[in-house]
Amino acid sequence: MTTTHDAKPTTRVLWVDRFLTLIRITFIVVISVGLLAFVAQQINPQNPFAQWANPDATGLTAPQFKGLLVTGLAQGAMYGLIALGYSMVYGVLGFINFAHGEVFMVGAMSGMITSNKLADAGLWEDAFLLCLLFIVVTSILISTATAVIMERIAYRPLRGAPRLIPLITSIGVSFFLQNMSVVLLGPGAKSYPALPAWLSQKRSLIGFQIEGTKLVVLLTAAVSMAGLWFLVERTRTGKAMRAVAEDKEIAALMGIDVNRTIVKTFAVGGAMAGVAGILWGILFRSVIHTTGFLPGIKAFSAAVVGGIGNLGGAMAGGLSLGAAEATAPLVLLEPLGVDGVSQLRDAVAFAVLIFVLLVRPSGLFGERLSDDERA
Amino acid sequence: MNMLQIRDLSVTFGGLHALRSLDFHVEEGEIVSVIGPNGAGKTTFFNMISGMVTPTSGEILFEGESLLNLDPSQVTERGIARTFQNVRLFANMTILENVMVAQHCRTGQKIFGALLQTKAFKSEEIAIREYGEEVLSFFGSRLTGYRLNQPASVLSYANRRRLEIARAMATRPRLLLLDEPVAGMNPRESAELTGLIGRLRSEWGFTIVMIEHDMSVVRDVSDRVVVLDHGETIAQGSYDRVANDPKVVEAYLGRQVKDKNADEETSS
Amino acid sequence: MTATTNDTSTFEAPGLDWRRQIRFSLIGALSCAFIALAGMPIGLDRRSIVYPVLSLGYLSLLWVPFVLATLAGSQVVLEGMGERERDTRDLAAGALVGLGSALGLVGLMILVKNFDLRDPLVNWSPQLLDLLSFNRSTTLGMLIWVVLGTTLGLLGGAMHVVPATIRAKTMTVVLSVLLVSVLETFLTDLLEGFGLEVLTDFIYYKRGGLEILGALLVAVLAIAIPLLVGSRIKGVRARVQKMPPDERSRVNLVLLGVGAALLLILPFFLGKITNELLANVGMFVLLALGLNIVVGLAGILDLGYVAFFAVGGYTTAVLTSPNSPGFSPELPWPIALIIVIVLTGLVGLFIGAPVIRMRGDYLAIVTLGFGEIIRLLFLSDWLSGWFGGAQGITNIPGVDVGIGTVKGTDPRSVFLLVLVFCGIAVYISWRLENSRLGRAWMAIREDEDVAEAMGVNTTNTKLMAFVVGAVLASFSGAIFSAKVGSIFPTSFLMLVSIIILVVVIVGGMGNIAGVIVGALVLIGVLGGPKQPGLLQEFSQFKLLIYGALLIWMMLKRPEGLVPNVRRSRELHQDEFLQDAWLKGEIDTDDEDSP
Repeated sequence: MTTTHDAKPTTRVLWVDRFLTLIRITFIVVISVGLLAFVAQQINPQNPFAQWANPDATGLTAPQFKGLLVTGLAQGAMYGLIALGYSMVYGVLGFINFAHGEVFMVGAMSGMITSNKLADAGLWEDAFLLCLLFIVVTSILISTATAVIMERIAYRPLRGAPRLIPLITSIGVSFFLQNMSVVLLGPGAKSYPALPAWLSQKRSLIGFQIEGTKLVVLLTAAVSMAGLWFLVERTRTGKAMRAVAEDKEIAALMGIDVNRTIVKTFAVGGAMAGVAGILWGILFRSVIHTTGFLPGIKAFSAAVVGGIGNLGGAMAGGLSLGAAEATAPLVLLEPLGVDGVSQLRDAVAFAVLIFVLLVRPSGLFGERLSDDERA
Repeated sequence: MNMLQIRDLSVTFGGLHALRSLDFHVEEGEIVSVIGPNGAGKTTFFNMISGMVTPTSGEILFEGESLLNLDPSQVTERGIARTFQNVRLFANMTILENVMVAQHCRTGQKIFGALLQTKAFKSEEIAIREYGEEVLSFFGSRLTGYRLNQPASVLSYANRRRLEIARAMATRPRLLLLDEPVAGMNPRESAELTGLIGRLRSEWGFTIVMIEHDMSVVRDVSDRVVVLDHGETIAQGSYDRVANDPKVVEAYLGRQVKDKNADEETSS
Repeated sequence: MTATTNDTSTFEAPGLDWRRQIRFSLIGALSCAFIALAGMPIGLDRRSIVYPVLSLGYLSLLWVPFVLATLAGSQVVLEGMGERERDTRDLAAGALVGLGSALGLVGLMILVKNFDLRDPLVNWSPQLLDLLSFNRSTTLGMLIWVVLGTTLGLLGGAMHVVPATIRAKTMTVVLSVLLVSVLETFLTDLLEGFGLEVLTDFIYYKRGGLEILGALLVAVLAIAIPLLVGSRIKGVRARVQKMPPDERSRVNLVLLGVGAALLLILPFFLGKITNELLANVGMFVLLALGLNIVVGLAGILDLGYVAFFAVGGYTTAVLTSPNSPGFSPELPWPIALIIVIVLTGLVGLFIGAPVIRMRGDYLAIVTLGFGEIIRLLFLSDWLSGWFGGAQGITNIPGVDVGIGTVKGTDPRSVFLLVLVFCGIAVYISWRLENSRLGRAWMAIREDEDVAEAMGVNTTNTKLMAFVVGAVLASFSGAIFSAKVGSIFPTSFLMLVSIIILVVVIVGGMGNIAGVIVGALVLIGVLGGPKQPGLLQEFSQFKLLIYGALLIWMMLKRPEGLVPNVRRSRELHQDEFLQDAWLKGEIDTDDEDSP
């Protein structure tokens, strides 16, 4: 049931609505003023507007900006891959699988373990691409298994429970997986072996200086996305998934095994998270038990930003969120005279989520949900 | 002046016209039945009056004032209460609490009254409890006595329907919207409820709009019958006139007979 | 759910389900191996339960075969179905589950002996092997585990075969020995306060754990005390039950008064450590009571609840500390508290307003986001002119209450202050639950659309829940500030929100007593995010256990340890209705009932 609460011309307006409008306006004003100040400071750091907003304004050089953008997009691609899992599970079961970020962490951890073993065996440097393929495959297997076991143990018994129950359970699962990693693997941060030099080198591509790792990340994400698109749009499994997402009962009546389809959904989401885990390892080369948490939340935000249930939207949302998170501190906040902007990166990501939900609750690209999930 | 006046009301759900340019009115003290085959837009019609769905166009006037763009709670505050087709009680609250919470918009005690246990708070609590019991006792002893403090979920189906009506009554409305009040009841129960609906008007002074499929109830109780099909009014007037309207017979009664045959076939 | 067995059973009793037993064996094997690899046996070995025979480390493994065998043997009894006669096959099934669990360990021992996986798995070590083989040869160790596992499984299975009274007695004995051992610090401290050290010196070993004799004494007392006074208590209770209602409520009031008075003098008999511990528990009770209003009553899942705790704490710090960078006057704590309440209430409105119309699960994530944003703002250089950034605010004075100062170095005073505020919070929760507002919250939890249609302004009502919850959290924040004397952003991690949520859920959503019990059990025994509990050795495992508890609670007992009647009805609708039907409470006939 859709009820719009905006614009109530004839009657008393709740103060909440006024307040929300105020917040929306504030958001937009801050963004525009920040952008204007940025433009002003780009034109000339000495001009009065840039000076008024931030006396220490220096501006960004084009390569700096491009660098930020590429970093943001590479991370965004990773968020997008994780976001696919959130989006698919939300589409099918109608709840946020809070623990999905931890599936990603498990993927990153398994990549760390296998890559270190391979490095010990001396294979890492010599046959890097083969090793990469190997760790991606192992990570996919382990993450998929984690996701499937999680569904079986924690979520399946709760089909049809009140809405918040599976959500709370998933918080428990997330907590459990995080701390399982602590007790089994130890609490410290663990690192991936060094990447071959030819990979981390910067290359120039259509005017951008891109590090090889980020290129690999973007490429892998694109390939995975294409694979997923093929699976969902072109195969029987995909059709079954879409049918179950639309209406479980009817799908069951049409002869679709709902439970199996749900398991497959979890598996596919898990596989994507596994790939993202390896990408994290390549990008940051360090993994710890809390690795999954913030990227998980951000990926969920990305799914919402792109419109939940909408797979293309999830990836687009991830890319936009990554880009916003990387550039906004320096493009919006720094020109406004905020100190220590890089500390506020995460805050920016959450602010994007809040902003999108306030201005366009169904996401930038529209959500695809059945009616009872929307309720 | 009409109590409820609806002009040119339309609503579309993504291309589907649930209601199209509907005109409707209710006079004070009337009992109007809305009938029509499944999917005719009857429940959407109720949802629209009670503010749960915003119409695409048209206007709804209640006692001369527009109801458009009001929240459902504000509509209830203006004096319109409703029941739901698929009984939606607060199943885990007690029967008494169900009718007490319905008086929310008629009461005003805030947080500090409850914390300081002021005189006003206590007397208001007593007042809503008494009024709640009064409303419940309208249905005889079924919902009162030891049942008061039982959760609504233990009630039988028919009693849940009764409690839903009681809950709507407790909001102290002037216009009562009943969505299939006798659905699922046996003939004896529905006959009894038909009597009660009449008494709701004569004793409590409610004006009533009712969606109903049971033709005997519609015949016995309503002053006027409005027939909806595909979101449009196809006939209205007294029961006899409507029942003999060929359009209605085609759209509604004819189908129902067919349905009945189908039912018999499947059950045999 | 228990149901009476009809003599006229229409269906044949189901046989023993061996596949179920095998599944449980596998679960046991995996659990044992996991627990061993998680390092519990090693990490908890220092703590004795019964010196020198049983340490917490071994207990962490030994409960598995027993509990799983008991669980595997339990079966749902359905009305109309005959109950299977319990016989020796149950013993065999129990033994099988026990053996399975033991084999998990045996398998692990073989692997640890022959392979080295210490690289990723930190607990894959010779110490683990030594511990698992009881410092004897590996083969002997394996043998011991097989025997132990099978015996414990057998005992677990026997729980279903022996008469119910024996089972109940065994449970009482085991649980009271465990309880007395776990509560060692607390009991020693308490009895010392009364000058009864003799007693604790007798039952406890010098370096922790019960002596064997002490354990026996506890066991005997656990059986004897109920026998001696049980009937008398029952008599008194029956008499109270027969009293007229207003007299009964007077008795209840007197009992409540006596209980409150006892609680208030309790701190004077306790030592520093216990007072500190209980003060921590009390602060979590405060937080959990607040979250209980939001989650338990109004059904809004707020995952950023720590934000209000943080705002309360920081505001107090800024207003009272001479070291706060942005505000030089030093206000006395009570005045600061009033400002804190108003301010946190406003922050509650500010955070609540944008999220209140969102879907339940979006709301959860967005509140979580707000919680993080607020922490990041306190941490940021941007606002460090007010909140000190990562350096935080130090030198926060205690609470001056005329006769003395409440501060962290005097845990007794903190505990007393916390108790007073807990009293206030309980009163607020209790009064609101039974008011117009409380009923509206419950209606929203039940069905938001219908609540709206019945005239409840859901937006304002939900916002009120946010605000009341925020204010209760701010109490805790204000006390925290004064107690610790300094405040840093790291005290307000997301983790705190989740732990408060676990407390509310494990205790029982929507239930004041449940929340208090939840805080006592979890924070008191296992410990809070940074505060140690009675079982300090658990500190590295407590979060794991919290996670597992949250899952288990949601799956098996969503109503919590102390269920709210209403909530549990909601969660076990079917079973509840079935019970009510059996008791004849559901009116199936529609005639006017008596």
